[in-house]
Amino acid sequence: MKSHNEKPAGEPLVWLTSMGLVLGISMVVYLLSVIFCNGVTVFWPKAVHEVRLKESGPENIGGEKTFFGIVTMEREKLSAGLSGGDAEGIHEEYQFFTGNKDIYSFMYKFVSKDQVESMATPGDILVGERLEYGNALFRPLQIEYADGKTLPALDPGFTQTLHQLLDEGNKRRAEYTKIEKRDIGRINAEMEKIRIRMLALENAHGEDYESLPEAQRHIARQEVLEKDYADLEGKAGKLREKQEEALLTYQVGTGDENTLPVAHFTDIYAPNQFGFGDKAAFFARKFWVFLSESPREANMEGGIFPAIFGTFVMTLLMSAAVMPFGVIAAIYLREYAKQGWMVRSVRIAVNNLAGVPSIVFGVFGLGFFVYFVGGTIDNLFFTDRLLDNTPTFGTGGVLWASLTLALMTVPVVVVATEEALASVPRGVREASLACGASKWQTIQRIVLPASAPGILTGLILAMARGAGEVAPLMLVGVVKLAPDLPLDSIAPFLHLERKFMHLGFHIYDLGFQSPDSEAAKPMVFATTFLLILLVVVMNLFAIVIRNHLRKKYSSSVF
Amino acid sequence: MTTTMQAPPEELTTEVPKTGSTQAPVPGEKKAVSPYIQVKDYSFWYAESQVLFDLNLDILEKKVTALIGPSGCGKSTLLRNFNRMNDLVDGIRHQGDITIAGNSIYDPALEIISLRKRVGMVFQKYNPFPKTIYENVVFSLRVAGRNNKAELDETVERSLKKAALWDEVKDRLHSSALGLSGGQMQRLCIARAIANQPEILLMDEPCSALDPIATGKIEDLIDELRDQFTIIIVTHNMQQATRISDFTAFFYLGKLIEYGKTQQIFTTPKVKQTEDYVTGRFG
Repeated sequence: MKSHNEKPAGEPLVWLTSMGLVLGISMVVYLLSVIFCNGVTVFWPKAVHEVRLKESGPENIGGEKTFFGIVTMEREKLSAGLSGGDAEGIHEEYQFFTGNKDIYSFMYKFVSKDQVESMATPGDILVGERLEYGNALFRPLQIEYADGKTLPALDPGFTQTLHQLLDEGNKRRAEYTKIEKRDIGRINAEMEKIRIRMLALENAHGEDYESLPEAQRHIARQEVLEKDYADLEGKAGKLREKQEEALLTYQVGTGDENTLPVAHFTDIYAPNQFGFGDKAAFFARKFWVFLSESPREANMEGGIFPAIFGTFVMTLLMSAAVMPFGVIAAIYLREYAKQGWMVRSVRIAVNNLAGVPSIVFGVFGLGFFVYFVGGTIDNLFFTDRLLDNTPTFGTGGVLWASLTLALMTVPVVVVATEEALASVPRGVREASLACGASKWQTIQRIVLPASAPGILTGLILAMARGAGEVAPLMLVGVVKLAPDLPLDSIAPFLHLERKFMHLGFHIYDLGFQSPDSEAAKPMVFATTFLLILLVVVMNLFAIVIRNHLRKKYSSSVF
Repeated sequence: MTTTMQAPPEELTTEVPKTGSTQAPVPGEKKAVSPYIQVKDYSFWYAESQVLFDLNLDILEKKVTALIGPSGCGKSTLLRNFNRMNDLVDGIRHQGDITIAGNSIYDPALEIISLRKRVGMVFQKYNPFPKTIYENVVFSLRVAGRNNKAELDETVERSLKKAALWDEVKDRLHSSALGLSGGQMQRLCIARAIANQPEILLMDEPCSALDPIATGKIEDLIDELRDQFTIIIVTHNMQQATRISDFTAFFYLGKLIEYGKTQQIFTTPKVKQTEDYVTGRFG
């Protein structure tokens, strides 16, 4: 007789499945939390230490024993003993952010803990964000005005004056950037157009093309533009000159002194005086700057707005391309095509497309979209510019990148749509036909609305895959630094032929192509965090729509 | 079983149908009603398997005709051929003909869509569209391109009243049809089927998914509709057939075994098989 406590067969396998889930989830959670913690703490202000090194030790900075530094990492020392430390015991070292790259020629320094004599956080150390050479850590000495007057740092009004000058400088910079980017940009665009047109006229009419009425008109217009240009340039130049007027002299930790125009700083703050509220406000401000500004200094400073915008526009265009394409294909496959070996092989081919390495799509996109389609468009519509050897659509751009990714993600949408169409019950289809609807009316009015949630699921998957893809984009239009956004105030406003920046490529560029990978590391985490955030936000948006549709067309009765 | 019987029109007119319909022929009168739907030597195949064998059947206008028989006897298949619903299935084939008011439903000149406008259908499982109650009812008008608001409103009210659903849903016409109860949904499906004023209403076991109370309501409804439509109903429920139908056709294994007035089929069947089936001895 069998014992009554015998376990049902296969029960231990339940443990296996749950272990799989736990393993998978914990890896994902670990990855996300690493990205989140590192990406977010970049903007949190950290204390600046005045570090004094042991007189007897070998460590120094430019021969000096004191310096200002922000602790960025503590770790167990590599190669203990080599740098002269004790061979016994625990060997730990700090990584300090020292800033002042213009003086030290580096920004990060490792110092072993046993070499540190003392560390203090005096409140008068300032951190200055500069347009060049990254941050400076310093004690201010004086401000010197254009007329030679000086204001010493010990003056009670010094901090206020400094921030006032800083604000003025920032305002002027915004002003001349606007002039140079927008107004001069517009003039440049028009002059470029005229130049190309003149080139075409010369090509068509030979030497004396300048006597043509059209050429005369262009020349006249060009003169006007040149005058405007000179005016604007003068205005911007004056502003720029003014930026150099008030000078800040400061002393860094090692005792070196330096003098820079105040307007070369974008922000100056004293993190050691921050309370929690100040820190939070600072964090919010820096995060906003990161979100809304363009990158500076080989992408290592400033923000990543063009990359966010580029990714967003590309994903949107991709969705707009892949949706109709995939849905129409799936409707034909599922509803109209006669099911047989032909359709089966088409379906297998579509599914296999999903397994093709993405770089292959990049190569295809380059060959087909960029060279063939783009080249044809250029030959037909942009012949003038071709004379100047300037391709318009015949080079990588946001449109070709979107179409390449659309092609790559079309199998996802086709498969999801087919499933969704198949899940619409036969009963409602028959009911629709019995009401006198044609097959197309049935699909359009009954089947498609009912399968919309499933189709959107496909789109969500496609978006997640497309937004994170980098390899094919490198071939079809992504660049390290795009001078202009794909959307701006110059007609025709949406410039689909332009190259663009992309968060995924930005991560690669910062992490592996930047001159100082240590300095770029925080930015890599922050950018990764934002890429994930962008994908999540776009997905959430699609999920909200899907749930809304699901509620509307819920087919629970079947 | 070997004899496939046709109910000749003369025979049908010899007795008064049990309803008090004004079109009902006077007892004993010989000519009167001509058959409205005629099934002539009709055979039907799904791919290689024949499911209907050489059927001959005349159905009268504005009468309720019940098709009964055990599962798999072909009654649903025949019903779904009246509006050519089986055309959706691959590999079907037929012989013989079905005519409605003298016109063949297989006439190449006849648009299948216009056929379906004349022949409404109610399915076994209620299948409202995932739309509002209002849009469900007017669907057949919408697909016909009729979007006049006044006409649609009028149709909704008329159809829902005929389907005895108006009082229950008139305050929530624009909420989802999927929020109704099963019985209400089936009545909504009837309202949808009669919205475009078809001449014939096909019902494929309309009560099989409903509880007795909802079934009762649907039966009352059929009783109401009998004056306006030619109703053909497939049912497994003998009592239902006796309650609502004027004529009954008994099918077995794809053949028409007996066809006649409902009362006669259930009280004095001429064929032994019919008697066995209606008395519950097999099936």
